[in-house]
Formats: sequence, structure tokens, C-alpha cells
Amino acid sequence: MNASTKSHSFDLATASVRELNAALHALKDGTNASLWQVANPRGLHAIAAGLDAPVTVEVDGPVGYYCGGMNKQATIIVRGAAGVGVAENMMSGRVEVAGDVSQAAGATAHGGALIIGGDAGARCGISMKGVDIVVKGSVGHMSAFMAQAGTLTVFGDAGEALGDSIYEARLYVRGGVKSLGADCVEKEMRDEHRQELYERFKLAGVEGELDPSDFKRYGSARTLYHFHVDNASAY
Amino acid sequence: MCGIVGLFLKDKALEPKLGELLSGMLEIMTDRGPDSAGFAVYGAGAPDEVKLTLRAPEGYDFAGLAAKLGDGVGLSERATHAILTLPAGREAEVRDTLAKVAPDVTVVGAGSRMELYKEVGLPSDVAVRFKLAEMSGTHGIGHTRMATESAVTTNGAHPFSTGADQCLVHNGSLSNHRTVRRNLERAGVAIQTDNDSEVAAGYLSWRMREGRSLGEALEDSLGDLDGFYTFVVGTESGFGVLRDPIACKPAVMAETDQYVAFGSEYRALAGLPGIENAKVWEPEPAKVYFWDRAAA
Repeated sequence: MNASTKSHSFDLATASVRELNAALHALKDGTNASLWQVANPRGLHAIAAGLDAPVTVEVDGPVGYYCGGMNKQATIIVRGAAGVGVAENMMSGRVEVAGDVSQAAGATAHGGALIIGGDAGARCGISMKGVDIVVKGSVGHMSAFMAQAGTLTVFGDAGEALGDSIYEARLYVRGGVKSLGADCVEKEMRDEHRQELYERFKLAGVEGELDPSDFKRYGSARTLYHFHVDNASAY
Repeated sequence: MCGIVGLFLKDKALEPKLGELLSGMLEIMTDRGPDSAGFAVYGAGAPDEVKLTLRAPEGYDFAGLAAKLGDGVGLSERATHAILTLPAGREAEVRDTLAKVAPDVTVVGAGSRMELYKEVGLPSDVAVRFKLAEMSGTHGIGHTRMATESAVTTNGAHPFSTGADQCLVHNGSLSNHRTVRRNLERAGVAIQTDNDSEVAAGYLSWRMREGRSLGEALEDSLGDLDGFYTFVVGTESGFGVLRDPIACKPAVMAETDQYVAFGSEYRALAGLPGIENAKVWEPEPAKVYFWDRAAA
């Protein structure tokens, strides 16, 4: 493989994920090996995890667990579905999945953008710390559980206990919410929120197709921030 | 951990390849369960006959045993397991004889079509020992075990039989299996091992003995079994899937015109024919799914 060429192909039917990731991890800032095309992912785990270079990785098919985990700078595009923990603990960059994703998508992610074309399973954005997640379908139960910062935008519906024990993340949902978790409440949509939502539409490449006014905003009621003596009997 | 797979064929043309496909699925799930493996295959059978799956110590003289059971008993040996085929009316009598003349032989499954094999070892080795790849059938389920709640023994391996032509595989761990076991024992359901999954199998058998359908028994388990579980249950005519209400354990399903497939992970399904165009989804928590040949 020649590091001076710009485009690389990698076939996971003949080489291992370990070899792929080792090659991707060797890339540094300023690399001109900017486009990586990965064939035959077959649901394998940890594809393109731990990258730290401004490259684009296109994966042609479904991936397994933790794809794009811990990502910094890289753009990872999956033409298929993704398993548990896609873009888990992402710091920056962008992970885009065409299909559905399993549980814990974007878990604990600090930054970057996670764009999901289909539905996300349970616990999408659990403990998110600054990532912007856009789900074009619906999200499962306990999404944004203990979410601390960032935004979760859902074009479809949300399952049970949305935003349970949420801190300061902002949740935007267009469809129905089966139930809100502890300390999560609906909040007023002001201009600043409509503006923020419009920015998320741009992030997902759908600006002009959706109306921010169709969305509701949810966030923390902040009643769990401090110990309250009336709750003493609950402990 | 543990891995589960299931394959239900809609296309008869694939039936000779059932074992081969299931074997590939099982082997990929080795990462999730390298301790032991097992599978149940629903193959040929006649309504007036019953198949007993026997398990015995290494090198057991199954032919000698079959000779003691009289005429009309067919024998097919596969390593430590053997299938006895006998007229349905003789089942009780043959079981009695087995208990008397062959105390080290266990009847691990019974039914008109189900054959059930399980053993300690890597899933690929287990599949090869029992020649899974050569088996044909309409559907089958399999399990690769990473033991958590009880020892790595053949008795602790899955599937567990829950009744005639019925068996269960489980990924997860039950936290109230001791309580459920005591309740079952009071109801007269014997649990052979320390295994929590056998308790789940016994629970379903008991519910069905009380008149519930398999689907209803699975619904009941949502209230009575506490813990993490994804169950796949094989029956004479199909298979069912149930995940616990918080969907703790993974599950992926795929459906095409030719089959319905279940895997703990998508990887297990990646080698199936036409998977690129299959409908692939995750079963919802606390929802009973069923595929049935009779209804299909």
C-alpha cells in the first residue's frame, strides 16, 4: 500500500480489522491518504475505531460493535447498519450510518457529529457529553440517559424514559415520546432553539426539508442536582 | 456472554443445507461462547414415531443398548449422542427400560422431529463431532456458551429440552432462578443441574403443563423471571424469540423470502444467502415473536 496515493481500498474478506485499524492509526495530521474504502465488513466489530486523523473512511456494508469508537477528526461513513456502541466516546469528526443502529449509539461521546439514517435502539446517547446526534428515524428506550451535554435530535419517535436523570443536554423530538424519564421535562422552544435545530438539520444535510416548529424540546428540570431533605426516605 | 442462533427455512430447497448454514452461524458465535455448544435440528419424522435423543459417556455401546430394546427401534449414532426412533406407543416402556438397563444414559430430548446435541468444547469442534453440516431439516436453533452461573459441563450446555419437540437456548443470567427453582420443585418439576437456563426451560414446561400455550408461557415469564435474557425457543413447527424488558442482551433478526434467521450479532447472519437484501432488525424488548410453519 502506497502512503502517497490518496485513495486506498481495503477488503475485510482478505485482511483483518486489526490490520485495517493499524493502517488507519498510523495516519497523522496532514496525511494525504485521505480516502479509505472498506469492503466486506460483514458485521465485524471495532471497524475504524480509535482514529485520529482528518481522513474519510467509507465502509460498504453493515458493521458490528463500536464502529468509529473514540473517533477524533475522521469522517466515517457506513453504507449499512451498525451494531452496539457506534461512535462510542467520539471526541470529534463525523460518523454517518445509512441504516439502523443498535443500542448505546454515541454513548459518552464528547464531540463531533453522529448522523443515523434509520432507527437507533435503546439508550441512544447515553451519558453523552457534547456530541450532536441526529437520528432520522426513531430512538429506543432510555435514550439520552444521564446525558450531560450536546444535542440529540430525533425526526421520529422516542421510546420509554427519554432523558432519564438528564443534566444539560438538549433533546429535540418531532414525533411522540412514549414517556419521559426522571427529571426530564418538555421545555419552551425559543428562537435560539429553533436556530440550533436548524444547524442540526444542516449537519444532517436536510435543511429546508424540515420545519423546526414541528419539534418539541426536552431537557432537565434540575430537581436532581442537589440533595433534597424531603427525599431522604427514598435512599 | 453466550451466543444464540436460529434458522427457520421457508424455502424447501434450502432444507438440505440447514445444518451447513446453522454450523456456519454457530462457529461465528465462538467469540461469544467458547466453553460449550449445542443445537437442536428439526428434521425428518413420522407422526406415529418418536425420536429420543440419548447422551452417554464417550465410547458407549449404543448398538448393544438398542439390541436390548427389542424390534422396531431404529438407531443413529453421532459421537456421544444417539437417536432412537421408535413407535410412539412404546415411548414410556422404552424410557422405563433405559432407566433400568442403562443408568449412565440420559434422555436429553424427545419428539417426532427434534434431535438435540450438546457438548463441551469449541463450537466448531462440537459441530464437526456431531456432523451438523450434514443435517437437513426445516429449522434449528443453536447456542455457544460462556458460563457464568454454573460450571462448564455438558449438562450445563444448551439447548435445554422443555417438552416434546421443544427446547430453549438462553443468553443472559437469571437473578431469581433459586426462588423459581424452589417453586418449580414444589410443583413437581425436577431441575437436574445448577444451571439458571434449565430453570427457565423448566418454568416454560410447567406453564404449558398448566395449560398455557408456548406464546402465553413466554408472556408469563416476563412477570416471573427476573434478570437478563434473550430466549429462543424451538418447537415442532417453528421458533419463538423473547428479550427481557430492558433488552439487556443483543439480538438481530433477518428475514427474506427463503428464511427467518436469528443471531446474537449480525456477524452470525452475514454468511446467509441473500443477506444483502434481507430485512434486518432488532426484536423489541418484552415482545414475543413467533414463526410457525403451520401459520406460514
